[in-house]
Amino acid sequence: MERMDAVVVGAGLAGLTCAYRLACEGMQVLVLERGDHPGSKNVTGGRIYLRPLRPYLPELWDKAPLERQVTKEVITMMSAGAAFTAQFTSDKFREHSYTILRSRFDKWLGERVVERGGFIVPQRRVTDLLREDGRIAGVVSEGEEIPAHVVVAADGALSLLAEQAGLRGPLAPRHAAVALKEVIKLTPPVIEERFGLSPGEGAAHLFFGAITEGVFGGGFLYTNQETVSLGLVLGIDSFLRHPAARETHAIFEAFKGRREIAPLIKGGELVEYSAHLIPEGGNKPVRQPYTDGFLVAGDAAGLALNMGITVRGMEFAMASGYLAAQTVKQAKEKGDYSATTLAAYATLLKESFVLKDMETFRRSLDVLENPRMTGFYPAWVCKVMEDVFWIGEGPKQRVSFTIWKGIRQGLFNLRAIKDLLRLRRI
Amino acid sequence: MNPAEKLTLDIFKNDQESHIIIRQEICRRCAIKPCLRICPGGLYSLNEETQEILVEFAGCLECGSCRVACPDGALEWRYPRGGFGVQYRYG
Repeated sequence: MERMDAVVVGAGLAGLTCAYRLACEGMQVLVLERGDHPGSKNVTGGRIYLRPLRPYLPELWDKAPLERQVTKEVITMMSAGAAFTAQFTSDKFREHSYTILRSRFDKWLGERVVERGGFIVPQRRVTDLLREDGRIAGVVSEGEEIPAHVVVAADGALSLLAEQAGLRGPLAPRHAAVALKEVIKLTPPVIEERFGLSPGEGAAHLFFGAITEGVFGGGFLYTNQETVSLGLVLGIDSFLRHPAARETHAIFEAFKGRREIAPLIKGGELVEYSAHLIPEGGNKPVRQPYTDGFLVAGDAAGLALNMGITVRGMEFAMASGYLAAQTVKQAKEKGDYSATTLAAYATLLKESFVLKDMETFRRSLDVLENPRMTGFYPAWVCKVMEDVFWIGEGPKQRVSFTIWKGIRQGLFNLRAIKDLLRLRRI
Repeated sequence: MNPAEKLTLDIFKNDQESHIIIRQEICRRCAIKPCLRICPGGLYSLNEETQEILVEFAGCLECGSCRVACPDGALEWRYPRGGFGVQYRYG
């Protein structure tokens, strides 16, 4: 087989963006995807933030199959029997972030790759890296050797290829969370009425507290055009440290059954159940995302970020795919695909928002993974609010006194003050 | 709704051969067996009689959480062959 300029493994956002850019530059690129079509193995929560991507891919968005533009941000803190919700809307949030469904979005992006002259071969699993004189020189797919100047591993959070290339070890429990998701069908008018939205507008709703039963994580609900994505994320390391925690799917079912959740999905039809890994623990990317003839992008490179109230991954995937393509183009011009040339990729990532943001929020997980963030504090907020609103048999104390008492009891201790100071890391 | 019912809503293209191979000799020594609790599909079970771990691989959502959570590398976990396994319509 003729040697391709690049073989991209995995038709997700990183792989397809890389292939799209390479095809736009007139280079020979082949994408191998193990699913039936691009997107058929891919899952998001989820939402994508377009602002960081527009400078890279200005032409892509007008016809993209985006679901709803998120104009409403909602956060709910939950105790065992109560919930406190904060909601924020802003006119500024138009064309800021959109909910998407990946099977549909990635399929569309795949069509853009093909339109530009890239090749996508579905139903092809890559099992091994092809090596020549010790350097990576292509891939092996179901026994067939496919030679290429560069292999771009965009094979997702588990990245068995980056592992084979020696760029990382197996994904450790502390570096991964598992997400469970249901897609629930409702009609657009019901979604708009239920969530207080205008047509085309969407809500992003995060949930923290007792719902994860002590495990680090949280729940989410995103409104799509005619479905909602309801899910739960659980840190795997934290889950292992809670041997008494129930099965992940049982925790999810209990979350769905909460009084605050059930009415939001009432009358909806469950149309899909999915699960996926999030490479979020530690907020640490793969230290060296390149070697001879090899680049790694997106989730495979650990490019995802949990900033507490916002969780990001997809724009990192697309930007890293874009930068990988730029690196391959430079390598082709030089006629040199060694690690020395491909090291430019690491520099491009460092200069981009991807690694800048990851560096800024590097220590945010130290704060968020604190068990009191999902245990004590949400419960404390709910208790204070309960006392404020409660009218009992006896005389009621002044609201200011009730709040002050709550603060004194909950926050006037060394542990809470330390936690508060640590918040600066987010 | 239990996970088995939910999985009936998804599209699966089943391979004959399992993409998850379990090394029972390692599982026997494993005190915590997180695979039984972590799998979103609830696909792992313990045969009380033989003390063997069983997996219904055909319903695998391919998240890989069992591979990550397994403490002693008892799971030889690969992706299903090209064109097989779960095919998400929404994702």
